Amino acid sequence: MVRRLGRRKFLIYGSATLGTSILLKACSEPPAPDTTGEATTSDSAAAGGNGDTIKVGILHSLSGTMAISEKSVVDAEQLAIEEINAAGGVLGKQIEPIVEDGASDWPTFAEKARKLIDQDKVVSVFGCWTSASRKAVLPVFEEKKHMLWYPVQYEGQECSNNIFYTGAAPNQQIEPAVDWLLENKGKQFFLIGSDYVFPRTANTIIKAQLAELGGETVGEDYLPLGNTEVTPIITKIRAALPDGGVIFNTLNGDSNVAFFKQLQGAGLTPDKYPVMSVSIAEEEVKAIGTEYLKDQYAAWNYFQTVDTPENQEFVNAFKAKYGEDRVTNDPMEAAYIGVYLWKQAVEQAGTADDLEAVRKAAYGQKFEAPEGMVTMNPNHHLSKMVRIGKVGEDGLFEIVNETEAAVEPVPWNQFVADTKGLGCDWSDPSKGGKYNLKDV
Amino acid sequence: MLAGLLDSLYGGISIGAVLLIAALGLAIVFGLMGVINLAHGELMMLGAYTTFVVQNWFKSLGEPWFETYILFAIPIAFLVTALVGLILERGVIRFLYGRPLETLLATWGVSLILQQFVRSVNWVMVIGIALFCLLFFGALWVISRRADRERIRSWAIPIMVVLSLGIAFTIGKVLSETFELALTKPWFGTQGVDVTAPTWMRGGWLVELPEGSFQLSYVRLFIIGLTILCITGIYLFLQRSAWGLRIRAVTQNRSMSACLGIPTGKVDALTFAIGSGLAGVAGCAISLLGSVSPNTGQDYIVNTFMVVVVGGVGKLVGSIVAALAIGTMNYLIGSGILALLFQPIEPLFDLFTFFATTSMAKVMVFALIIIFLQIRPGGIFPQKGRSYEL
Repeated sequence: MVRRLGRRKFLIYGSATLGTSILLKACSEPPAPDTTGEATTSDSAAAGGNGDTIKVGILHSLSGTMAISEKSVVDAEQLAIEEINAAGGVLGKQIEPIVEDGASDWPTFAEKARKLIDQDKVVSVFGCWTSASRKAVLPVFEEKKHMLWYPVQYEGQECSNNIFYTGAAPNQQIEPAVDWLLENKGKQFFLIGSDYVFPRTANTIIKAQLAELGGETVGEDYLPLGNTEVTPIITKIRAALPDGGVIFNTLNGDSNVAFFKQLQGAGLTPDKYPVMSVSIAEEEVKAIGTEYLKDQYAAWNYFQTVDTPENQEFVNAFKAKYGEDRVTNDPMEAAYIGVYLWKQAVEQAGTADDLEAVRKAAYGQKFEAPEGMVTMNPNHHLSKMVRIGKVGEDGLFEIVNETEAAVEPVPWNQFVADTKGLGCDWSDPSKGGKYNLKDV
Repeated sequence: MLAGLLDSLYGGISIGAVLLIAALGLAIVFGLMGVINLAHGELMMLGAYTTFVVQNWFKSLGEPWFETYILFAIPIAFLVTALVGLILERGVIRFLYGRPLETLLATWGVSLILQQFVRSVNWVMVIGIALFCLLFFGALWVISRRADRERIRSWAIPIMVVLSLGIAFTIGKVLSETFELALTKPWFGTQGVDVTAPTWMRGGWLVELPEGSFQLSYVRLFIIGLTILCITGIYLFLQRSAWGLRIRAVTQNRSMSACLGIPTGKVDALTFAIGSGLAGVAGCAISLLGSVSPNTGQDYIVNTFMVVVVGGVGKLVGSIVAALAIGTMNYLIGSGILALLFQPIEPLFDLFTFFATTSMAKVMVFALIIIFLQIRPGGIFPQKGRSYEL
C-alpha cells in the first residue's frame, strides 16, 4: 500500500515537473527583438529590393553568453537604420531590418546566415561578434557571394571579399597599444588571454612585435574560458615582473572579472602593474565594476568620451532612444557606421540588389563618424583613429593618447613571419585577398 | 626563499580552500547517502545569485549597511539553497534511492533546468509557476480529502494538470502583454552579474619579510576562514548532535536504524538540505572571486567530484586532504614553481615547464589523479569494509 502510494505520488510529481517545464519553455522563448521598435520578424515574404522596402539582415546573439554585448550592437544598428529611414531611406525606400538570433552558438550563426540570404533575400547582413562566429559564417557568405558587415575589432589574418570589417585590424588597436606601452610604461610584458583563437593570434602578433622593437615578453598564460582560478597566474606575474611591468590582457568575458578582482587582492596595483586590455569597453567596465578597473588602460578606436560633434549627436540619440543609463562603446559605433557606409555605397551604386556593384562602390567611401573621419579601403577594412583610454572614477574612459590621423588598416600582419609581406586588395582582380606586396 | 615558500603555501591553500568549500556539501551527500548530485554546481550558483540579490538590497540601504552585507548573505544563501535542496530531495531524489544511475540523470536534468531558470526567470514566470503550484496542489489537497479519492484520481489528475497549466499560462500571457517589459524583463539575464566585495575585503594584508614581501588577499583569507568554520560546524553537528548521531546511524545501516525508530526519510531530507546549504555558502564565497553567471557551478563541479573521489567516499578528513592536495598541485604546476624546483634535472625541468600554464596544469593534475586511483581505487582514506563497492 505504502509503496503504491509512493508510486502514485511520483506520477503526480512527475506530471507536475513536466507541466512546469512546459511552462518554463513557454516563458523562456527568446525575447522578441522588436521590443525596441521597428524590427520585424521574417513573416513578410517579398524579395529584398522589391516593393517599398529594402531588406537587410541583423545577425547577432540575442541569447546565450554573448547576448548582452551583442544586444547593444543590435541597438546601435537599429538606431542607424531608424535615422536613415527618418531621413528618407535609401534610394527612396525604407530599410526593413530582419533580426535573427545566433544564440551564441556558431553553427546556429551559419544556419541563420543561410536563412537570411536564401529565405528572406536580404541584400546585406550586419552581424557577428566573436571570431568563432565570423569564421562560421564566412564560408556561407563566400559561397553565396553575399555581403557581411562585421563590427568588432579582431585578430586580423583574414581578408574576405565578402566581409566588410568596420572594427579595428590589429595594426589599429593592438600594435599602437604596444607601441604606446613601450614608450610610456616599460619594456617588459606579461601576456594573459583566454584560451582560444583571438588571444592566441593577438599574442603571437605582440610577441613578434616586441621582439622587433626591443621589448621583452617575460611570460604568457591562457585561462580556459569561464575559469576563475587566477592565483597561479598572479604568482607567475609576480615572479616574472618582481618590480612591476606591463600586463597585456586579451581575456574575454567573465574571466576578466576574476582576473581584476584577484589582481587587486594580490596587491598588483595599476601604478606598478598597468594592465592594457583590448576587450574591455564601457559596457564591460560597468559589469566588472569601476572600483576594480580604475586607472587601468584600454585601446580602442572609439570611446564614449571622444570629443566630436558627431559623437555628441550619436551619444545623445542613443540615450534618447534607449535610456540615460546606457553607454556607447567601440563595437556599437563600428556597427553604426557600418550601416551608414552600406547606405552610401548603395546610393553611389544606384542599386541595392547588385551586390557586386555595391561592393565596388564601397571602396573609398568616407563617413564623418563619431570617432572621426573613416574611409573604406580596397582591402575591406576602415582607416580609423586609434586611442588609448584610462578608466576614470565614473567608469568612462579618459583619452590619454590618440593618433593625429586615421591609421590605414593592415589585415595581414607585418610582424608575424607567416604573413609578412602579404597584402590584400579586392579592387584589383589580379591581386585579390592575399598577394605579395613585393610582386607589384 | 622564505617569502617564496610562504607565498606558494598560501597560493596552494587558497585554491584548496575554494575547492574544499565547494566539495564539502557534495562530500556529505555523496558520502553519507550515496547520492551523486550533479546539480550541486547549480546549487552553488543559486547561492552566488542569492549573494548578488542580498548585495543589491544592502546597496539600497546605504553605506554603513553595505559593508556588512556579506555577513548576512552567507546565512541567507545557506537557507535558500537548503530549501531548494529540500524541495529537490522531497520532489525528485527520494524516489530514486538505491538507483545511482537514475539519480545521476535526474540531478543532471535538474541542473539544466536550474541553469535555464536563472537565465530566463522574470516576474511573469514566477507568477505563472506560483499560480500553477497553488492551483494544482490545492486541487490535490481537495481531492485527498474526498472519500472517493481512489476512484477519481486516475482521471482527475491529468485534467487538473492541463487545467492549472492552462490558467497559469493564460494569466501569464495576459500579464506579459499588459505590463510588457516591467514584468517580462529577466531578473538576471544571460550575462554574468557581479558581486562587489565590501571595501574592507578589497586589497590584502602585506607580509613583509627580510628578502621580499607578498600580499595575502583578504578575500582569500575570508574564504579560508569560512571553510574552516564550515568544517568545524559540520564536524560538531555530525559528532555531537542528536541528528548527527542519527545521520551516522542511517549511513551505517539503514534498515536497522529504521527498525530502531529513526525516521530515515527525515534524516535523508535533512542531510540533503545541509549538503545543499553548504553549496550555497560555497557559491557565496566564489562570488567574491569571479563573476556570477548561469554556468558558474559548471566550472567547479568536476573539480569537486575529483576531491570527493580522491579523498575517499564518506570521509570528511579525506575530502580535506584531497582538496588541499589537488589545490596545491594545481597551483605548484600551473605557476611553474615545480619546474623551478627541478631546474638541475634537465628532462624533468622541461616536462614541468611544458605543463606550467593554467590549462596544462589541469591536464597534468587529471593524469595524476587517474594514476592515483589506479593504485588506490578507494581514495586516500577508503571506507573500511565492503560498503564502497557500490
